Amino acid sequence: MIRNSILLLIIAGLAFIFYHELSAYHGNESLNESANYYATEGLTEVGAANLVTSVVVTYRGLDTLGEVTILFLTAAILGLMFKTGHGQEETKKRITSELLITATNILLPVIFLVGIYIFINGHLTPGGGFQGGAVLASAVVLMLLSISGRKIKHAVLDFIEAISGIAFVLLGVLGIFLAGGFLDNSIFSLGTFGELFSAGAIPVIYIFIGLKVGAELSNIILVLNQTQNVEK
Amino acid sequence: MKYFSVEYISIFAGFILLLIGLWGIISQKNILKIIISFSIIDTSIHLILVSIGYIKNRTAPIIDGPVTRADAAQQVTDPIPQALVLTAIVIGVGITALMLSYALKLYEKNKSLEIDKYKSLKW
Repeated sequence: MIRNSILLLIIAGLAFIFYHELSAYHGNESLNESANYYATEGLTEVGAANLVTSVVVTYRGLDTLGEVTILFLTAAILGLMFKTGHGQEETKKRITSELLITATNILLPVIFLVGIYIFINGHLTPGGGFQGGAVLASAVVLMLLSISGRKIKHAVLDFIEAISGIAFVLLGVLGIFLAGGFLDNSIFSLGTFGELFSAGAIPVIYIFIGLKVGAELSNIILVLNQTQNVEK
Repeated sequence: MKYFSVEYISIFAGFILLLIGLWGIISQKNILKIIISFSIIDTSIHLILVSIGYIKNRTAPIIDGPVTRADAAQQVTDPIPQALVLTAIVIGVGITALMLSYALKLYEKNKSLEIDKYKSLKW
C-alpha cells in the first residue's frame, strides 16, 4: 500500500513537471543558429542533399564513430557471454515449410538489394547506413528462420565488420591530411549537388557504416539464436 | 487552440509514454516487462526529441523537389534532433539486446524472471 502510494506520488509529481514544461513550450518559428548554418553553408561545404546525413556523417561524424563502436561492444559482449562453440553442436530443428523456403529464395536478393540501395543513396534520400544495415540484418533473420541446416559463419561477419570499421577510421584520418580535419568529407571531389557521386566521402563512409551495422546486428541475432538452440 | 497542433500532440504523447514506461519500471516484477518498459521510455524520448525540432509548415531537411537550395533555411525543419534520434535508435537496439541477454543469463542461473527472487544487490 505504501509502496503503491509512493509510486503514485512519483508519477504525479513527474506529470506535474511535464504539464508545466508543455504549457511553457511554444513551437519554434525558425531554425536555431547551428541548424541555420547547416542549411545554408553546409550545402556548399558538405554537398549532401540530405541535411540529416551531413550532420550525422560529417559535422558530428565522431559521434557516429562512437555509436558504431557501442554496437560493436554490444556484439562483442554478447559473443563473450554466450560461448556458442560456433555452431558445432548439433541441434534439433523443425523442418521449415516449403512456402517459407521458396519465398526466402526469391526475397533474399531483393532484400539485400534494397538494403544496399538505402545506404548508397543515404546522402540523397531518407535513409543511410544504419537503416540499410538494419535491412541487411533482416535478410539474415529470414535466412535463419527458413533454412534450418544453413550455417552462417561468424568469421565472415567478423571479417566484414573489421574491414569496414578500419576503413571508416582510415577515411576519417585521411581527412586530417587531405582536408580540414578528422572525418572531413572533402577528401574526394564534391561533385554535382544531388547526383549519386557527390558529397565527397559521405557515400563511401555510409557504405562502410551500412556493412558494419548489418554485420553487427546479424552477429547479435546469430549469437542469441544459437544460444536458444543449445539444449540445457 | 494551440494545444491541438502536431508538435503539442506529439510532445504530449511522448510525456504520457514516458510516464507509462516509468510506472512499468517501478511497479512490474517480471524482468521482461521491465525491459519492455525501458523500450517504451526509449521511444518516448525519440518522440519528444523529434517534435522539439519540428517547425510549423515546414518539411523534411532534404533538398529535393519543392525545397530549393537557395532558401532551404526557410523551408526545412531542424536536422540536428533527427540526427540525434537516428543515433539514439541504434543505441537503443544495443541496450535492449544487452538487457535481454542479461535476463537470459539470470534465467539460466536461477530459473526465474521475477525480480523479487534476486536479493543479492538489495541493501
